[in-house]
Amino acid sequence: MRWINIALGVAVAGIICFFAVRELLIDPMYFFELFLGGLTRGSIYALIALGYTMVYGIIQLINFAHGEIYMIGAMTALIVASVLGMWGWNTAVIVILAFVFAIVYSCAYGFTVEKIAYKPLRNAPRLSALISAIGMSLFLQNYVMLAQTPEYLPFKSLIPDFKFWEPFAHIITSVEITIIVTTVIVMILLGILIKFTRIGKAMRATAQDKVMSALLGINVNNVISATFVVGSATAAIGGVLIACHVGQINFFIGFLAGLKAFIAAVLGGIGSIPGAVLGSLVLGISESYFTGYFYSEYEDVFAFTILVIILIFRPSGILGRHDAQKV
Amino acid sequence: MAIKNQIKQSLIIAFWFMILTFPIMVIKVNTIRHTIDFRWANLVGVGIVTFFASMTWNYFLRRNEDQKKKEMDDDIPLIHRLLQNDRFRRPFLGVVAAFFLAYPFVFPMYHTSIMISALVYVMLGLGLNIVVGLAGLLDLGYVAFYAVGAYAYALLNLHFGLSFWVVLPISALLGTFFGVMLGYPVLRLRGDYLAIVTLGFGEIIRIVLENWDSFSNGPRGIGDIPAPTFFGHQFNQENTMVYIYFIVIGLVLMTIFFVNRLENSKIGRAWIALRDDEIACQAMGIDKFKTKLTAFALGATWAAMGGVVFAAKTSYINPMSFTIWESITILCVVVIGGMGSAIGVIAGALVLILLPEYLRAVSEYRMLVFGALQVIVMVFKPDGLIKSVRKVYTFNVQEKAIHEQTNT
Repeated sequence: MRWINIALGVAVAGIICFFAVRELLIDPMYFFELFLGGLTRGSIYALIALGYTMVYGIIQLINFAHGEIYMIGAMTALIVASVLGMWGWNTAVIVILAFVFAIVYSCAYGFTVEKIAYKPLRNAPRLSALISAIGMSLFLQNYVMLAQTPEYLPFKSLIPDFKFWEPFAHIITSVEITIIVTTVIVMILLGILIKFTRIGKAMRATAQDKVMSALLGINVNNVISATFVVGSATAAIGGVLIACHVGQINFFIGFLAGLKAFIAAVLGGIGSIPGAVLGSLVLGISESYFTGYFYSEYEDVFAFTILVIILIFRPSGILGRHDAQKV
Repeated sequence: MAIKNQIKQSLIIAFWFMILTFPIMVIKVNTIRHTIDFRWANLVGVGIVTFFASMTWNYFLRRNEDQKKKEMDDDIPLIHRLLQNDRFRRPFLGVVAAFFLAYPFVFPMYHTSIMISALVYVMLGLGLNIVVGLAGLLDLGYVAFYAVGAYAYALLNLHFGLSFWVVLPISALLGTFFGVMLGYPVLRLRGDYLAIVTLGFGEIIRIVLENWDSFSNGPRGIGDIPAPTFFGHQFNQENTMVYIYFIVIGLVLMTIFFVNRLENSKIGRAWIALRDDEIACQAMGIDKFKTKLTAFALGATWAAMGGVVFAAKTSYINPMSFTIWESITILCVVVIGGMGSAIGVIAGALVLILLPEYLRAVSEYRMLVFGALQVIVMVFKPDGLIKSVRKVYTFNVQEKAIHEQTNT
C-alpha cells in the first residue's frame, strides 16, 4: 500500500513537472505572471488561514465565522476610507487609519464572537460548537448585508500605483508587491510573537495541554481570547489587501475566501502555523496555474478536489503531525 | 446588590456593542452620490436591544447552570407525554389527520403550494435528521443530493420521457449511489472535516450544473417539467397541485414510518451509540465506517426523492435553487427542531418554512434570525425545541413469571 502511494505520488509529480517545464519553455513571461499571481493569492490565503489554524490548534474548532471577520475588516476599511476621503483628509492618514480601524474592529469582532458563540460551549460536544459557529457566520453575513447593502461596493485602492521597470511592469503591480511584502512581515512578527513572548509561550502550552497549563497558572480563557484576536488581526490585514487588489467587496466575500483558506490550512496540516503558510502558497500557486492553463470557471472545484484528495491520502496535511485520539 | 451588578454589566456590554457596531450600523456611505448618512437611531436601537439581550442571556446562562447542578435533565417534552397518553393520542392524531386531509380543499391553491414546499422540507429534514441527528455527522452539502434528484427527473424526462413514478425510485437509487460515492472517501475522516468536504461537494455540484451547458442547460435551467400523472391521467393545474400535495403527504408518512422503524432498529441504535461515543462504540464491535455510510446514504436517498417532488411541483429548475443557503435552511430545521427527534423536525420544518412565507415583511431577516437561533439553541437548549426521547425498554417481571409458569 505504501509503495503504491509513493509510486502514485512520483508519477503525478512527474507529469506536473513535465507540463510545467513545457509551459515555461513556450511562454516564460506568462508562466512567471501566473506564478506571481499565485504567490499573491497564496499570501492572502496565508493571512486568513493563520486564524483557522491557530484557533484549531487551541480549541479544536473550525471557526466558521473567521471568513466573516475578514469580510468585516475589509468593510470597515472601506467605510472609514470613504468617510475620511469625503472629509478631505490626507491620503497617507486615510491609509493608516483605514488599516488601524480594520484591524481593531476585526479583533473586537473576533473577541466578541468567541465570548458569545464558543465560550459557553467549551465543554459541549464538538458538533454543537460547530453548528454554533455556522450560525454565527450566517448571522454576521446577514447583519452586514442588512445594515449596509447586498450590492458590490467599489473599493478604491489604498495603495498608490507605481510602475516598475520593464519587463516587470507587465507582470506585477504595486498592490501585488505590497501584499507579498506585508505577508512576509506579518509572518515574521507572528513568528516572534509565538516563539518569544509570554503570551506566545502560553498559547503553545495551551495548545498542547489545556488542563496542565491551567494547573501551571495560565489563564486559559485569556489565552483563547488572545488567539482569536491575533487571528482576526491577520485576517483583517488580508481583507484590506485583497479588497485593494480586487477593487470591490460585498457581504459575501468572506464565505469563499474563508473556505479556501481553510482548505489551505488543512493542506498544510491544521494546527501548524508554518503548515498554514506553506499550504496557502501551494494552494494559491496551483490554483493560479490551473485557472491560467485550464478552466477558470472550475477554480473552486479544483480547490475542493485538492482538499478531498489530501484528506484521503494524507489527512494530517503536509506538515501536520498525526496524533492518536485520546479516550 | 446582585441586580445592580448585573445592570452595570449589561450597560457595559451594551456600550461595547454600540462601539462595535458603529461603522457598519450607523455610517452608510454612498460612493456614487458622495453622501454620508449617519443613522443615529440605529445606535440607540443597538444599545437598547443589546442591554436587554444581555440581561436575558445572563439570566438564562445562570439558570442553565443551576439546572445542571440539580441534574434536572430527565424532563420529557410535553408533546411526548401527551402522545404517550392513550386517551389523548387517538383524538390528537385524528385532528391532525383531518386537518391535513382537508387542507387543500379548504384553502386556495396558493396556500396548498406553500404547504407542499413546507412538507418537502419535512421530508428533507427527516432525511437529514438521520445523518445529523441520529448518526451525528454534520452534512453541509445535503442540497447536492436534492439537486441530484431534481435534475435526475428533469433530464430523464427530457431525454427519455420517463414519468414521475418511474423516476422516483430511480432517483432514490441515484441518491443512495451518490451518497455512497461521496461517503466512501470522506467518512473515514474525523467529524469536522466532513462538514467542510460535504460543503465543498455541494458547491461542486452547483458549479458543475452551472457551467456544463450541454448537460444541464447551464444557468438557464430546465423548464416544462411535467407534473406527475395519475395512472396516465393528467389533471388540470389546480387539481395537479392537490394531487402533488397528497403525493407529498404520502411520502412524508412513508418517511416518518421508515425513520421511526430505523431509529429503534439495530442499525438505529448503532447510529445513536456512534454519535454519543465513537470509541466506546467501536470497542463494542460496531463497524464505524459501515454504520456511518448507511446513515449517509439513507439521508441522500431522501434528499433525492425530495428533489424529484420539488422539480415536479415547480416545473422549472435551475442551479440557483441549490445553493448553500438551502443546505443551511435544512440544517436549521433539524437543529432548531431538535436533533434526533422526528416530531421536533416536523414542527421545526413547518414553523421555519411557513412563518417566513406568511410574514413577507420580515422575510429578509429570515437568515439573520436563523443564524442567531442556531447559536442560541446550541448554547441554551442543545437538544432543540422538542428534544428526542429515547425509547425505554422495561423489563416486565410479572409477565415473565407468568410466561415461565405456562412453559413449565
